[in-house]
Amino acid sequence: MLENIREAFDGIRSHKLRSALTMLGIIIGIASIIAISSTIMGTNEQIKQNLVGSGSNVVTVRLYQGDYPFESAWSTLPEYIPPLDSDTLDEIRNVKEVASAAFYAQRDAYGQIRSGSKSLSAGTIYGVDRTFLSVYGFTIRAGRGFTDSDTDQFRKVALIDETVSATLFSGANPVGETIDICGEPYVVIGEFTRASDFRPTVTTLEEYFTYNTSSGGKVLIPFSTWPVLFRYDEPRSLVIRAVDTDSMTAAGRKAEEILNGTIQKENPEVRYKSEDLLEQAKNLQELSSATNRQLILVAGISLVVGGIGVMNIMLVSVTERTPEIGLKKALGARRRRISAQFLIEAGVLTCLGGILGVLVGIGLAYGISKMSGVPIFISWYIIAATVVFSFVIGMVFGAIPAYRAARLDPIEALRHE
Amino acid sequence: MLIRLEHIEKTYGTADHPVPVLHDVNFSMEDGEYYAIMGPSGSGKSTLMNILGYLDTPTRGTYYFEDVDNSRASDTQMAKIRNEKIGFVFQSFHLLQRRKAWENVALPLMYGNVPKRERRERAEEALTEVGLKDRMDFYPTQLSGGQCQRVAIARAICTQPKLLLADEPTGALDSKSGQQIMDIFDRLHERGMSIIMITHELAVAERASDMMHIYDGVLSKGGPR
Repeated sequence: MLENIREAFDGIRSHKLRSALTMLGIIIGIASIIAISSTIMGTNEQIKQNLVGSGSNVVTVRLYQGDYPFESAWSTLPEYIPPLDSDTLDEIRNVKEVASAAFYAQRDAYGQIRSGSKSLSAGTIYGVDRTFLSVYGFTIRAGRGFTDSDTDQFRKVALIDETVSATLFSGANPVGETIDICGEPYVVIGEFTRASDFRPTVTTLEEYFTYNTSSGGKVLIPFSTWPVLFRYDEPRSLVIRAVDTDSMTAAGRKAEEILNGTIQKENPEVRYKSEDLLEQAKNLQELSSATNRQLILVAGISLVVGGIGVMNIMLVSVTERTPEIGLKKALGARRRRISAQFLIEAGVLTCLGGILGVLVGIGLAYGISKMSGVPIFISWYIIAATVVFSFVIGMVFGAIPAYRAARLDPIEALRHE
Repeated sequence: MLIRLEHIEKTYGTADHPVPVLHDVNFSMEDGEYYAIMGPSGSGKSTLMNILGYLDTPTRGTYYFEDVDNSRASDTQMAKIRNEKIGFVFQSFHLLQRRKAWENVALPLMYGNVPKRERRERAEEALTEVGLKDRMDFYPTQLSGGQCQRVAIARAICTQPKLLLADEPTGALDSKSGQQIMDIFDRLHERGMSIIMITHELAVAERASDMMHIYDGVLSKGGPR
């Protein structure tokens, strides 16, 4: 065995260029598989982080009519949906996957938020309690947040985000200014921003809309003042922060169940649904994996082509070494030994090609990552699997040359000079 | 009786166009004898050699080696016989260029599954016998033709075979190197080695204790007519 491996290396060393060219097919095949799979896995990791937000773990549960969010601005709220009370909220907070939770109401506002002559063309108004900011992952940048007395005394105060601040006040300090929301004056008490641990990166059009509508123009007011602007029985949504990323789905499902438990109808048309970003991330990941699996198939075909190249060269090698084979047979080498020599040589050749291919593939993956900004993830499992696979290819395509070598007639072989 | 050939015939070619090479060859040889077989090219001497060395099988007739008929032996069994009982010396040495002298010598030991440590010792003994102990770690390219043939002889004898088959062992050498090779054969013969040597040089053949002649596939006693 050791002798066979040594012979294989001798054979490869005595024909360096030829061996290198033979290996090239394998190198390209393996390198593409490594590069593609590293990029897929990196992309998947990124999708998860982008959508889910590292450390944010926020799940929202909203009313849905069929597959679309229920729009309270245009539709009448069905009678079977009662207003949410604090008992329900407490119940949700007691779920073990839930770290914190808050109810909120929300309406889109087009041009209804103004200050003097300036107005915000598109924004969202949220009716919240004072815990909302921390659950959602917002922090106060200037001024103060809501207090219990703001809520209890129905104070018409508002928090605005940087988009609103920039639009209405052009960068000047907004704290203390009065803004007009749907015709009612509200005093700005603070400006908020996303907490620094939530930095989504936009890579698809869908994500662009998700983040640009939700991060563009938010105005927060105490929910107690909501009836001043809108209906008093406004349906509310739930935002929860899960204890960790992996329990987001469970937290969302359980909260959804509790909320749907308050609905007074079997199989209601309008019901609560959790908007689980982790789930969405998984769907996106599956999509990207599916397309990339096809790429790996193509790379696999190039490996087969490489294998045929190996077979070709091994056949040449058998012909070249006919006298050597004849001598070995005369000296008592068995067929098995002769075939093992060529099988192992083919295996070593492709295995070397595989190892070089892994190195080239990792280099390629880094290159792709540098150029496109997509992170890469290199898996030892895949590296080991591809090297073993390349060895197997050598074995498979070395089989015919090895068989021919073993069957050579020693007399013919010795006469061949 | 070391070997006995009874009515050996060998025919090449197809059934429609048979090419007879050996005709009714009868020959026997005792342990320790030294035969030279002479004959022009195409006379069938190489074919005879291949049959004697279990590289080929006769079309008809029986070949007894140590009184055993191995005609039904499998490929693996024939390899074992070649490995253990027969030593080959070829005109063109057939050394592996990427192996040191001693590794070339140890090759048949490897095929005979001799433990690794023992191989080097036995290769050294065999190389000492042919006077190349100091060239053990040389590669064939660093050796002269005569030295290469001596390494090949060492390779043939290191398994302590029953029969040494030499096919034109001096054919590729100058006369001085050829002399050395013949001296080695003489020495081996004195120590009891059975040798069959094929040659077309009378001077070489005369060194053997007995001479045979083959012409058109017919083997006969004595030198060329």
